Parts: sequence; C-alpha cells; structure tokens
Amino acid sequence: MRNVHKGSPAGASTATTLDRLRRGQIATVTAVDIHGPQRRRLMDLGVLPGSRIHIDRVSPLGDPTAYLVRGSVIALRREQARGIHITVEQE
Amino acid sequence: MTGFSILDRAARLRDGLPEGFRDEVVESLYSDAARITETSVTERDHGTRPPLDRLLDRALTHRVWGFATMGLLFFAVFWFTISGAAGPSGLLSSVLVDHGHSRLHAVAAPLPLPDWVSGLLLDGVYLSTAWVVAVMLPPMAIFFPLFTLLEDFGYLPRVAFNLDRLFAKAGAHGKQSLSMMMGYGCNAAGVTATRIIDSRRERLIAIITNNFSVCNGRWPTLILMGTIFIGALAPPALAGVIAAASVVTVAFLGVLVTLLVSWALSKTVLRGHSSTYSLELPPYRPPKVWRTLYTSLIDRTLKVLRRAVVMAAPAGAVVWLISNVTVAEASIAAHLVGVLDPLGWVLGLNGIILLAYLVAIPANEIIIPTILMLTTTLGPNLFDAQQGVMLELGTAQTHTVLTQAGGWTLLTAVNLMLFSLLHNPCSTTVLTIWNETKSPKWTTVATLLPIALGFAVTALTATVARLAGWA
Amino acid sequence: MAADLPTPNANASPPPAASAACGTCVFNHAAQLRALGVDVSGHDHVVALAGNPNTGKSTVFNALTGLRQHVGNWPGKTVTGAEGGFGYRRRRYKLVDLPGTYSLLSDSQDEDVARDFLLFGQPDVTVVVVDATRLQRNLNLVLQILQITGRVVVALNLIDEAHRHGLSLDQRHLARELGVPVVPMAARSRRGLDALLEAIEQVALGTVATRARRVHHGDARTERAVRELAAQLLREYPGLANTRWIALRLLEGDPGIERAVTDGTLDRLSSPTPHAVSSETPGT
Repeated sequence: MRNVHKGSPAGASTATTLDRLRRGQIATVTAVDIHGPQRRRLMDLGVLPGSRIHIDRVSPLGDPTAYLVRGSVIALRREQARGIHITVEQE
Repeated sequence: MTGFSILDRAARLRDGLPEGFRDEVVESLYSDAARITETSVTERDHGTRPPLDRLLDRALTHRVWGFATMGLLFFAVFWFTISGAAGPSGLLSSVLVDHGHSRLHAVAAPLPLPDWVSGLLLDGVYLSTAWVVAVMLPPMAIFFPLFTLLEDFGYLPRVAFNLDRLFAKAGAHGKQSLSMMMGYGCNAAGVTATRIIDSRRERLIAIITNNFSVCNGRWPTLILMGTIFIGALAPPALAGVIAAASVVTVAFLGVLVTLLVSWALSKTVLRGHSSTYSLELPPYRPPKVWRTLYTSLIDRTLKVLRRAVVMAAPAGAVVWLISNVTVAEASIAAHLVGVLDPLGWVLGLNGIILLAYLVAIPANEIIIPTILMLTTTLGPNLFDAQQGVMLELGTAQTHTVLTQAGGWTLLTAVNLMLFSLLHNPCSTTVLTIWNETKSPKWTTVATLLPIALGFAVTALTATVARLAGWA
Repeated sequence: MAADLPTPNANASPPPAASAACGTCVFNHAAQLRALGVDVSGHDHVVALAGNPNTGKSTVFNALTGLRQHVGNWPGKTVTGAEGGFGYRRRRYKLVDLPGTYSLLSDSQDEDVARDFLLFGQPDVTVVVVDATRLQRNLNLVLQILQITGRVVVALNLIDEAHRHGLSLDQRHLARELGVPVVPMAARSRRGLDALLEAIEQVALGTVATRARRVHHGDARTERAVRELAAQLLREYPGLANTRWIALRLLEGDPGIERAVTDGTLDRLSSPTPHAVSSETPGT
C-alpha cells in the first residue's frame, strides 16, 4: 500500500474498466455492466457501485487477477473485469 | 385455485414495474448492508491484508516459486504416503493375510464344512478384504490428513488461482481444479464437489474429466508398478524417489488429459462460452493439526475404507469362483482370459489384467491382488499357491511372479500404469455421476470415454514400443 | 431422519454427568450444552444454521452437536446439509446445517436448498454465522434472511481474526440495526458458545422480541406492487408469514415460489402451525 488514501482532487480521477487497472492504483466501482446471475454473484462478493478496489495479485499465468475489495480477495478473469466500470483515483 | 389468481396478479403487477427492478431490489439490500457495515465497523488500517497472508500469497502464487512449491508439495504428499505406508502395510499384511489367513484355516479345518465353503469364505472373501485393508489403510491414513491440512490451510484456492488460465483455455470452469483435486482422494467425492460449478455445461465437463484424477483406489497399482518395475531400474539409493516420481508423472499426465479432454469437449459436444466466475482466495488459517488428523482419519479414511471393504468382499468371492468353477476342463477364469488375451496383447497388457479390471469394476483397490492371484493360478505354479488364493507376496516375489509366470515386461508395467489412469470409473463413481446428472447420455459418456482413451493410448504405446524394438 | 435411538431422559433435566465432566470448564454456561451427535429424536425446536461459505459454519455445527463434519477452507465446501442434535438447559434442539451461500437470490442449487428450508421448513430459530472480517458481504445474506424470517440470531464469528486484522466491531449497534441478537464468537476456540446458546433459547422461547429489519424499496412503484400483492397473499393464505418476501419473489418470477403457490405448499404453511414443540420434522 502507498500513501494514496482519500483526498484525490475531483476531476483528477479517470473513468475506465477494471481490467485496465494497474498495480498500485486504487479505484472505486461505478457500475457493473454484467447481467444475470453473475451480476448478483459479484455483488454478493462485494463488487458493487461504491466499493473501493485494488489489485492484490496477478496469477502467475497472467490471468485471472485477484482484487482486494471490501476486505476479501476475489479473483476475476479479464473478460469479467472488463464489464466492471471504475474510476481510478490518482496515485 | 387461488394460486393461479395470485400468479396472474403478480404477472400484471410485474408489467407495471420498471425494467431491471429486480436488480434494484437486490441493490437496495446491498447498499443497506454496506451502510450498516460502515456504521458498525472501524478499521485501523484501511483495506490491507495481514502481512503474513500477503507474503504467503507472494510465494505461493509466484511465477516460479508458485509452481515449484505446488509441484514440491504434491510430490511430498505422495512421497510421504508411499514411503510412510510401506512399513505399516507390511505389518498389517503379515498379521491379517499371512497369520490371520492360516489361523482361520486352522480354526475352520475341524469344522464339517465343505471345501468350497471355506474356499469361498476364507480364500475368496476374507483374503481379498484383508488385502484391501492392509494395502489401503496405511496410505489413506497418511494421505487424507496431509491433504486435509493443505485444504484447511487455504492452499487449494491458490492452486486454482495459479492454474486457472489453463482451465480457461480449455473452456472449463475455474473451479474445476478444485473438484479435480477432490478426485485425488475419491472420484465419487470429486463428482459431488462439482456442485460448486453453476453452469451445467461446465459442470458436465468437470464430471466427465474427474476420472482422470487418480483416486486412492488406484494408487496401490501405480505404487507397486512404480516400485517393482521403474524404481528397480534406478540404483537402490534413488529407487524410492524414482518410484514416487513415476507415480507423480502419471498424476501429472492426468492433469494434462483433464485439460485436453475438457478442451475437446468444449469445442465439440459441450460447446459454449466459458462462464465468468469469481474465485475467492480466503485468508490463510493455521490448521488445527491434531483435530484435523483425528477428523480426517475418522471421517474420510474410515469411510473410504468401509466402502472398499464392502466392495472387496464380493469381488473376492467372484475371483475365487471364476478360478475354481471348471467348465469344459478349464476354469471360467481361464476361458475369459483366453478370450481377452488378444485384446490385451494389442494394448500391451494381457488377458489377466483385463479380466482383473472387469472383476474390479466395483472397486479398483483389488486390481493388484486379482492380477497376482490369476497369474499364479493360471501360470506355472512358482510359489505353490492354492487355486484362487490371493497371495500376499513381497515385492521381489511379486516381480518374479509377474515376469516369470505372467511374462510381464517393462511395457506391461508402464501400460498398466497408463491404463490405471485411463479406464472406466468405478461403479460407485458411475452411480454418483448418474445421481448428479440424471442423464443416461452423460453417464454413458463419462463411463466410456475414459476407457476408449485408455484403449487408444495403450495401443499406441504398445505399437510404438514394439516397432522400436523395446518390447 | 438420523438414527432414532430412544434416549432415556430425553426431556428431563440436564444430566448432571455432563456438567460434572465439564466442571472445570472456563465457560460455565456451555457446560449446560449436551452434544447429542446425530440423535435428533424428540427435539423441541428446529434450528437452521445458515451463513456464507468459509465463515466457520461447520465449526459452529460441530461445536454444538459434537459431530465432526469436515471443515474445508474453500468456498462451496459444504454442499450437502447435515443434521445433528444438541440439548441446552431443559430443551432439545435439532440443528440443520444449510449449504453455505453468499445469497438466496442467485438461483443456484445450494441457494435453493437453503431458501426452501428457511421458507417451507419454518425453523424456530435461524442462526446466521457471519464472518466478522467481511461484514458487509455477510450482511447481504443476513438481510435477505431477515426478509424471510425474523427469528434470527447472528453469530458474529471469527471475531479474534477481525481483531487481528485491526477491525473493531460495535455489535450492539449492529444488533439494533438488524433488530435481532448479535453474538460475537470465536467458534474454533469455543468462545462465545454460551452466549449463542442463550440467544438461541431466548429466540426459540420468544423471551426476547426480535424486530427484524425489513428493507423498503426505494422505487415507489416496486414498493406499492409488493404491498398490494402481499395483501392479497394474506387474504388468501391467512396466517402466512413473510408475505412481503413471497410477494417480491413472485414479482420477480421466481420459479420455485411460483411452484409453491400452485402445488399447495403455501396452503399448508398458511394453516396456523404450532411453532413450539413440533412433533414432525418440518421440511420433509
């Protein structure tokens, strides 16, 4: 972790999707553009608008990536992360 | 019926609701949960994990060390199992098989029993059951607690995390690696464990391929072949390690076959998108060692053992019967072996092995004793064995029996190991597959696909070996 | 329906032997716990055990029943429900371990099992085991269960782990927000078991009033539709509990609930069933 908690000035954040998040960046989920049961499942695990999220680990084979969200570590495959919209807080 | 008016009303009301109201309802629950959490929890250091967990993850999911530890851990588990079980197994077999069997005969001798009764009960049922206990109890009592410790520690999801990309490429569900690992204990348990996969397509793939996890009923075969044929090729100091390595190689081949078959299925009959999935990596928890040892011993080991014994007893009776009931001047076993021999030759095996696999459909555990018994009965009698008596022999004697009486070569041993990996699931597993799928079609596929693969692979290795002049 | 060995003293006062053996226990309340293993005969109350996967639910189950169901540290481990019994003070309880689920809404097999039991099995008490280190996620399930039944005790498990992770929890605030008892515990080291038993007894006997938090839906049209349908449900099935939740599920077109409407399951539930001293096993 770095000294990046709160206090990022408004407007400095960028909207993107979760698969583009880089290590060390912290983001907030803005929308979950996945439908059906998987949407529920993600929300069950704490991935919902307003959740702060960052990369914990990347699988040694490059995919999936494990994210730390609301105190748990959740591994998501890239195509799934693509459906999760986030805003990245500035480092 | 009042019920239908309720449903009508619900349908009408639903039409008046905004689209996606379902999600809104869920989200209002979730945002409520988030709000309550925020007001009841204070975090000291926001959004971090314990340093030890991070450190462990860094090692266990590392590009190099992650895979190295994975290989090492599984190798260690197998090696402990193989080397640790040898002593107790020998002891049990000398007590149950050598002494117990002759003692029982001594007790039965003065009783007015017809020969066939004591033969069927003592030489058939008792011996096969005793053999299964002696051979299976020690390795299971070591393997299950070790595996359970890894499981309780939280290691298995990390393996799934490391391997997920391979499974994704194979069109399979990421959680298939978890059910696959359960299969190393028992395929029936592995098949049940596929319930954690929601998509039916991916669940079927996981069920069909679970049989490629070498279950503990098949280890005795692998371990024995690895020890007396492959380990024996190495200098004595390395024999144990080489034997363990050969067993691990077969298990690793099983993973490859799992991935290949999953891929083939997902490209053909079980086509579809690989469903998105989310795997949680739970925090590491120090396993409670003593409780785990006790629990897994009682729970898993004895359960699996009980099943093995229940299956072994009737199989022992069958083996005794087919080798002692004579039709047209030869035992039934001899006739069957004669019929199966040509196919056995093509596969680099022999008729006895195939017959043993037929008898052992209920329980793979008795493959080796059945093979030994049939070989000594039908071949030249080297050790003065009675007809249809399952012999318990030392490894050196076993080697002699198989090579001299059975005409076994290295090819036979290697192909038996391959066939042990690739053959039909045991009857319990087939039944479990039926219960889980309720589909005659997929139960049949899951039963026949592995054996078809087994025929193809062993026929291939046999042909290659013969053409190359190795066998 | 496990072994139905009739045990003597089934409903008599707690056997002194148990407490004598446990006389040196640190937790004296828990000394009144009698683990009954698979013996669920002659139980007075049915207790359902729900919770997210990997929260120590099986540990709680084992601690109460004395059984040794295997606990695995990965999600989705317990796929089949187990039953066990325990006695506390003068009463005998049947404990039903529901599959570990993250929610009751995603239509997977284990969620259906859990939901159907809560709805149609009508347990007297539902204990929701909650992982204190992941409260938000676990509360999703608690809130969903509270929409079905108010007779809930929240077991705030892994409290020791939460402290280690630098979390502190205000359980009294949590209990107020949820409207049901919240018991902090560390089931692995059997801490908090006494308080849990106490809370179970209180909810079972109704000596503590629970006022389960009901979530009202932001959208006015949804809220109106739910209320309208719930009212009709109550007219046609007098005495039916949790009509709001059933109404909502019907609006969402939940096939399981629709089936319950047409096959008469709701009819059975609407007849006023005695809650205490059930003679039959509900849900079978």
